[in-house]
This record gives sequence, C-alpha cells and structure tokens, in this order.
Amino acid sequence: MTDIPAAALASADTRAAAPQMRHSFGDRRNVVNGLMTGVLWLMAVIAAIPLFSVLYMLISQGGTRISFETLTSLPPAGFMAGGGFGNAILGTLVMVGIAGLISVPIGVMGGVFLGAVAPESTLASIVRFVAKTLTGFPSILAGVFVFGFLVLSMGTYSAIAGGVALAVGMLPTVMLTAEQAVRMVPQRMKDAAVGMGCTPAQAAWKVTLPAALPGVMTGVMLAVAGAAGESAPILFTALFSSFWIESLFEPTASLSILIFNFSGMPFPNQIELAWAASLVLVLIVLVFNILSRLFGAPKL
Amino acid sequence: MRSSDKGADKAGVITRPPSAGELLANRVFRGAAYGVGAATLLLLAFIIVVIGGEALPAMVREGFGFLGRAVWSPGRGEFGIAAEIWGTLYSSILALIIAGVFGVAIAIFLTQDFLPGKVAVVFRTIIEMLAAIPSVVYGLWGIFVVIPAIRPTANWLHDSFGWFPPFSTSMGGPGLAPAVIVLAIMVLPTVAAISQDALRLIPYKVKEAAYGMGTTRWEAIVKVMLPTASGGIFASLVLGFGRALGETMALAMIIGNANQISWSLFAPANTLAALLASTFPEAGDIERGALMYAAVVLLALTLVVNMLGVLVMQFTSRQTVN
Repeated sequence: MTDIPAAALASADTRAAAPQMRHSFGDRRNVVNGLMTGVLWLMAVIAAIPLFSVLYMLISQGGTRISFETLTSLPPAGFMAGGGFGNAILGTLVMVGIAGLISVPIGVMGGVFLGAVAPESTLASIVRFVAKTLTGFPSILAGVFVFGFLVLSMGTYSAIAGGVALAVGMLPTVMLTAEQAVRMVPQRMKDAAVGMGCTPAQAAWKVTLPAALPGVMTGVMLAVAGAAGESAPILFTALFSSFWIESLFEPTASLSILIFNFSGMPFPNQIELAWAASLVLVLIVLVFNILSRLFGAPKL
Repeated sequence: MRSSDKGADKAGVITRPPSAGELLANRVFRGAAYGVGAATLLLLAFIIVVIGGEALPAMVREGFGFLGRAVWSPGRGEFGIAAEIWGTLYSSILALIIAGVFGVAIAIFLTQDFLPGKVAVVFRTIIEMLAAIPSVVYGLWGIFVVIPAIRPTANWLHDSFGWFPPFSTSMGGPGLAPAVIVLAIMVLPTVAAISQDALRLIPYKVKEAAYGMGTTRWEAIVKVMLPTASGGIFASLVLGFGRALGETMALAMIIGNANQISWSLFAPANTLAALLASTFPEAGDIERGALMYAAVVLLALTLVVNMLGVLVMQFTSRQTVN
C-alpha cells in the first residue's frame, strides 16, 4: 500500500514511463511514421515514371510512322527512305508459333505430371526445382545452346532454330503455371471422377485438365507474350533477313532483332522505324498479356 | 458378385471395369507424364553438355587465365573475360541495390493497406507492366531517353567530384550508369512481386498484435513485418540478382561494349551476356570457342545464384506456413 507512492516519488522517470494515452501528431514516432509514408508514395511514383516515359516515347516517336506501308513492306537499306517491317512481324509470329507448338504440349503435360500424376514424388520435386531455376535462366544461353545443337548441325540459321530457342524460355513458365492451375482444381472433383471408375488418366484428361484450362491458358498467354518480346535467344539462331520468309529453314526476320539492328544505325529513317517496330512489338506483347488476365479472371 | 456383374452387362447398365484399351491408355499417359518430367531434367543436362562441349577446346587452351585477363582481340587470338566479369557483377550489384530499395518499398506500399484496393490493383498492374516491356525496347529507350537525360548530371558530378572513383570519367554516351538504371527498372518487378508474396504470407493477426502493442504503422512494418518476411525478401533479392546477371539486349545496346575495368559509372563497360550478344553473330571459329567459354561462366554463375534463390524461397515459405 505505502510502497507504491513512495516508489513513484522516488523515481523522476516514472511519469515518462507511465503510458500516455493521448495521441499527438508532434510525437517523434508519429512524425517518422508520416514522413515514411510520404517517402513510400514518392518512391512508388518514381517507379511508375519509366513505364509512362516508355509509353510516351513509343506513341510520340513510333505512332507517327505506323501506316499500311510500314506494316506491310520490307525494311529499307541504308540511305533509302520509307520501307517498313512487314517481314519482321510475320517472322516474329511464325517463330512464336513454332515455340508454342513445342512448349505448350510439353509444358502442359509437365504441369499435369507435377500437379496431378505424381505431385509428391521425388522426381516431381526435382523437376519443380529445375523448372523454377530455369525461369531465371538467361535467355541468351538458350540461344547459345540452340546454336550449338541446331544451327551448327543444320548448317544455317533458321526460323526453326529460333522457335526452339524461344520454346526453351517458354517451357518453365507454361509448366509451372499449368501445375498451379491443375492444383487449384478441387480435390473432390478428381476424387469423384476416380470414384465413378475413371482411370487416373481419364480423370486427369477429362476432368482435371478441362477444369484447369483457364489457368493453363493464362500461363500459355504469359509465355507467348514473353517469347514475342524476346531477342537474345533468336539473335544468333534465326539471325535476321531483309526479305519475306519463304521457308522455315532460312534466316528469318523478327521485330526485336530489327529494333536492335536499326537502333545502332545513323539514319533517322531507321531510328523512326525502330520506334514504330517497338510500338507494334509492345502492342503484340500487351495483347497477349491482356488475354492472360482475361483467361485468369473467371473464377472456377 | 460375378453373377450380378454379368447381369449388369446384359442390361447395359452404366458401370463396368476399365477396358484393356483404357488401362493401356492410362499406362501410356502416366508414362508420358513421367517422361516429360524426366525430359525437363534432361533438357538442363543437355544444355550444360552442349554449351560445355562447345567450350571445351577453348577451356583447355585458355585455362583459368581466361578469367583473369581483360583482353578481347580476335586478331591476335587473345581472349579473356576479366572485364566482363567485373562489369557483370558491378552493374548487377548496383542495379540490385536500386531495385531492392524500390522493390521492397513498393511491396510494402502495395501490401500494408496504404492504398484502397482498386488503386493498389492499378499500381500493381503498372509495376507488372514494367516486366512486360521487351528488353530491346528498354534498350532503345535507354539510348534516346536515359543517356541524354543523365548526361548533364553525370558530367556535373565528374566536374565537381572527379576525385571520387565512381565519377572519375566524364560521360560521352553509352556507359555503366544508364545500363544500371535500365537494369534496375527491369529487375524491379521481380523483386517487388516476390517481396509482395512474402509480405502477404504473414498472417494478419501478426500485424494486429503489433498494433495492439501500440506501434505506429511504420514501427509495425519495420520491426515486425519486414523481419518476419525477411527470408522471402532475401529470396527476391537473390532471384533479382540472377535476372540482372543474365539480362542481355538492353545492356548490349547501352553499356558501350568496352573491354575495360573501371570504377567509373560513366565509362563504357561490358557484361558477359552483352559480350555474347554483340560478338557472337560475327565470330570466327576460335573466337566462338572463347565465347562459349564465357557462356559457361555465365551459365555457372546464374545457375548457382538462381538455385540459391529458389532454395531460400522454398525454405522460407515452408517455415512461414508452419
């Protein structure tokens, strides 16, 4: 009883130690809190600047050159005026198509393996680890790899080689998103299918995969968007060409390599075309990005 | 049992055991699934074997001295990648510092209720869009926007603080500084996305407990949320570092491709990936061998960094769930 007031009087610090219930904006802690909130806002705005700067440049520099001619004619040589990059648009689409044909079946099958066939097996955990590691794999090494095993043996740069190099980059994305999608399918649906007498293969093929399809497509579209914008893997597998693609076994033009080549040229016409090609490339990438979001939007 | 089965068959009732064909299809399907899984591992092995095999003659010829020489002269047959290793690490570390600070700040901004839901979605989309812009477009933007924009500041820094090694040269055009800026922008989405996941994994009651103890929002973030998510944030930095090491085209366009080791931010430099991109297409056989050796070094570097990142991420996400 008597101890407490005595202790309170004895120590001068006690008043400060007692909880102060009133909120004061002048308190150092609150000032720090407010300041840091402001700093966060500032940093978020700064981080958004590059995107708008890139978009502004694409529209102001590239938008003016977009016309029927640029979208359908061949690249101009040196000092020539006019021209376009129709062959590069076609080449990009062809090579991304080849890459999709290779990577989507393998990737989806791999996703089914990881998510439905043997999710807990040792092989699956190793494959998952390797696939995650490969997502961060430098794309230029895919180009070096395909150069070593396809370009040298075929004796020529080709759209096929470019497509294979892009497929190496797409595979882990398709596989890991397909796995996620397969895992999101409610277990009771898979159980019900097996309970009705489906073999595991039928359950996976007829029940799990159709239910997982939107998620699978999200991954496919994301991978396609990434592959369309890629340049390092095709730099020395497809090389470049100033002409229309006539077969899959010859050097092939692509938008990204056209931008790379033209960006270093001293001619204003080529620089303008590089910006216009960038605008087209970003639009292609954005279309597939938006598609991936649309596929992802409807909830299962 | 047997008799009733037969009866069911006759009546054409819906149940029956799987036919031989269906069982075979099941076998094939399982086999294909396992095959694809194994093929993924074989792909990585095959990549290593192909690149390693192409590089082997150069590795035998050049030895480890290749890693310590800063020359690239196909004419005299002298090759070394010391400058490229230096440029790769220097640019990646600087870019990671910038991207790390901004990426973690943005992850906090987007996950700690600073913004109403819809605005947060818009901001998140903007940051994700940064990852969607192709590398060559960043390169083009770097040439025509970043380099002219920072040149006056760079030259002022050189004139005023030239004694400081990073500012020791003036900036003529392509160089390390614009490359670092563009690299940081390209790595930022990776760091921000993985850090956001790490922060979201923390149960809400942890933050409630911190608020309940009387912390301000900032104190809760710094003293509770960030330490709890530190494993995931570390993984995001490691994986972002892996991205930075392998980034190619934008750097090949704006780093200047100069074979020199310098502290200066404004001097041209080179990276392993940019060296491959800029010299591979026109290389002769001997030079190509040396480039394959450089590719092996890049492969080893990125595989180790990425594996470390994935391991850290797996470890920490398991820990948080428990």
